[in-house]
Amino acid sequence: MTLRLKSLSSIALTAALTLAGSLTAAQPYDPGATDKEIKIGNIEPYSGPASAYASYGKAQAAWFNKINDEGGINGRKINFISLDDGYSPPKTLEQARKLVEQDKVLFLFATLGTPTNSAIQKYMNQKKVPQLFVQTGASKWGDPKNFPWTMGWQTNYFSEGKVFAQAILDNQPNAKIAVIYQNDDFGKDYLAGLEAGLGDKKNMIIARETYEVTDPTVDSQMVKLKSTGADVLMNLSTPKFAAQIIKKVAELGWKPVHYLCQVSSSPGATLVPAGLDNSVGIITTGFFKDPSDPQWKDDKAMLEYQAWFKKYLPNADPLDTYYLQGMLNAQTLEHVLRQAGNNLTRENIMKQAASIKDLQLPLLLPGINVQTGPDDFYPIERLQLAKFNGKEWVLYGKIYGN
Amino acid sequence: MQITSKKLAYPLGLVLLILLPFVVEDFRVSQFSQVLIYAIAILGLNILTGFGGQISLGHGAFYAVGAYTSAILITQFDMSPYLTLPIAGLVCLVMGVLMGFPALRLAGHYLALATFALAIATPQLLKHKAIEKWTGGVQGLILDKPQSPFKLSLFGTELSEDRWLYLVILLIAILLFWLARNLLNGRIGRAIVAVRDQPVAAAALGVNLTVLKTATFGVSAAYTGIAGALSALAVSFVAPDSFPSFLSISLLVGTVVGGLGSIYGAIFGALFIQFVPNIADQLSKSAPWAVYGAILLAFAYAAPNGVMGIFKKITKRR
Repeated sequence: MTLRLKSLSSIALTAALTLAGSLTAAQPYDPGATDKEIKIGNIEPYSGPASAYASYGKAQAAWFNKINDEGGINGRKINFISLDDGYSPPKTLEQARKLVEQDKVLFLFATLGTPTNSAIQKYMNQKKVPQLFVQTGASKWGDPKNFPWTMGWQTNYFSEGKVFAQAILDNQPNAKIAVIYQNDDFGKDYLAGLEAGLGDKKNMIIARETYEVTDPTVDSQMVKLKSTGADVLMNLSTPKFAAQIIKKVAELGWKPVHYLCQVSSSPGATLVPAGLDNSVGIITTGFFKDPSDPQWKDDKAMLEYQAWFKKYLPNADPLDTYYLQGMLNAQTLEHVLRQAGNNLTRENIMKQAASIKDLQLPLLLPGINVQTGPDDFYPIERLQLAKFNGKEWVLYGKIYGN
Repeated sequence: MQITSKKLAYPLGLVLLILLPFVVEDFRVSQFSQVLIYAIAILGLNILTGFGGQISLGHGAFYAVGAYTSAILITQFDMSPYLTLPIAGLVCLVMGVLMGFPALRLAGHYLALATFALAIATPQLLKHKAIEKWTGGVQGLILDKPQSPFKLSLFGTELSEDRWLYLVILLIAILLFWLARNLLNGRIGRAIVAVRDQPVAAAALGVNLTVLKTATFGVSAAYTGIAGALSALAVSFVAPDSFPSFLSISLLVGTVVGGLGSIYGAIFGALFIQFVPNIADQLSKSAPWAVYGAILLAFAYAAPNGVMGIFKKITKRR
């Protein structure tokens, strides 16, 4: 009897083992992946005050349409499910839960906004579903120790602040720096990066002034900063205030070397309202080829981009760089999915995303690449300086960042 | 016959509401929790606007203060999440009474504007550096979801944290609806309506306008504040961006859609503001708000007195 039981159990064990073996031999898929498609979730503010940002998501959908028209990735079509959260964090959580629990997507990609991604970060990491290449410039998305399922994409404010510091150390080593920054995470992230980049020369910053987004003007702060005798102005503000600052600096007849953060570098949103003449000589950073920049007008990648844009985004504004950045992010994901091959588990997606080696995308500036590692969840960290000549940004100098 | 069917309807509805989370998945449960939360907030606004006749475009502010009160007490003072609910209600009660004083002098449109100012100011005040160490500034605060204290399984479905929270919210909602019904169907309710319709006559009959109006404002704010506190638990995250001024408008939309001056209309209003934006998003990515607006217009045209108005019409015809 005991013998029979033993043999029975050994048979059961062998059966179980073979079954387990055959299961692992099948395609390793997590929910959202099949032989035919890869289901990807995305959340954008299609409605509400931040709806201009939805261009990112529209470009990504358009890029995946192109991929699907060409046969998909490794034979699988991309099913890109993009939902609206109106830039409201509670709604973001609801939509993320719908995508993960009901639509059963393989992962979330390029969800937009800092408060919105903050609301779902804990949930995504508890569920162990990748929250990949979030579309926000905050520096908190590169924290693989605490949040191994969350990764940023674009250059973050902290890294950019560090680049400004290096540029100042290279070009104005004896500068007296005045900083004006927005009194929130955005401004503080930048300032922290600038200070970290200056290191033990932090006391080169001789004056700091802040403004609140609710302030009507920043005139008094600018008068104060001028009176300190600073010869470098670090302008860490959002477009409306950046325009006011540029105007006020010109009015005061102050002529510092003026560094302007990338967020406010759009000619349309900042420099035109500030006055193009007032903006001559301002320095900013860039990492992609701007469609409005004439130097790329015959660039092969730019011509291909415009052809794609005309076909897949016929009613959109081709000069809106949100589209271009959204597409670059989608291209980064395309690379990750091709690398993942047939192993479409969430773990492998994260592993591939964290092992991008010197990826060159045709619309990134020459010398700027996408690079990640198990401890480096900041894909784009390199930047180049550009100076405004009264008409457009002219790139110059070396590539900064690692 | 009429009486027995009505008598049966309440316990039957209650049983259905209790069983509901065990037959749908966690994600749906969380949506229904949100509906209950909105229903409490809308009921609060309806006490003020529907019964009291005072328009508020600022109830999102009370919702935000309730949420933050709960979140701060939980994260900074390690308080039990359940204990924070009455405190959030109390804080908003005081805030509502204070807001009630200017409301005495401001009528109609002016009151709407004054309360709207409150809705616009609150998200920005929450970011202020003076209180940043408690509120977490723009980053907001992240909380843990309350866990069920015991294990239970119904129809083979576990009592997950979402289902537990739903039941907690349901219990509080039932309590608050019951209280509101007793308040509004009684002497005080009649006085509130009298002040809305005939303030001079009501005063002549001995109703103290000052006390009644400020108290109405306070109770209304307390309801919405408790709803806000529950939302902090359900979402497990508060940030200034969670409470845009549009939230206040949504609550008013819910009040009107459900039916001004009706208690149970709040539930239909809540269903509307929870699910119609999702439908709008599915219909159009380029203009979801245009779709929302169209649905709202169709609603206003077809049911000028809200969902409860339709119900009343149907029962009257019989």
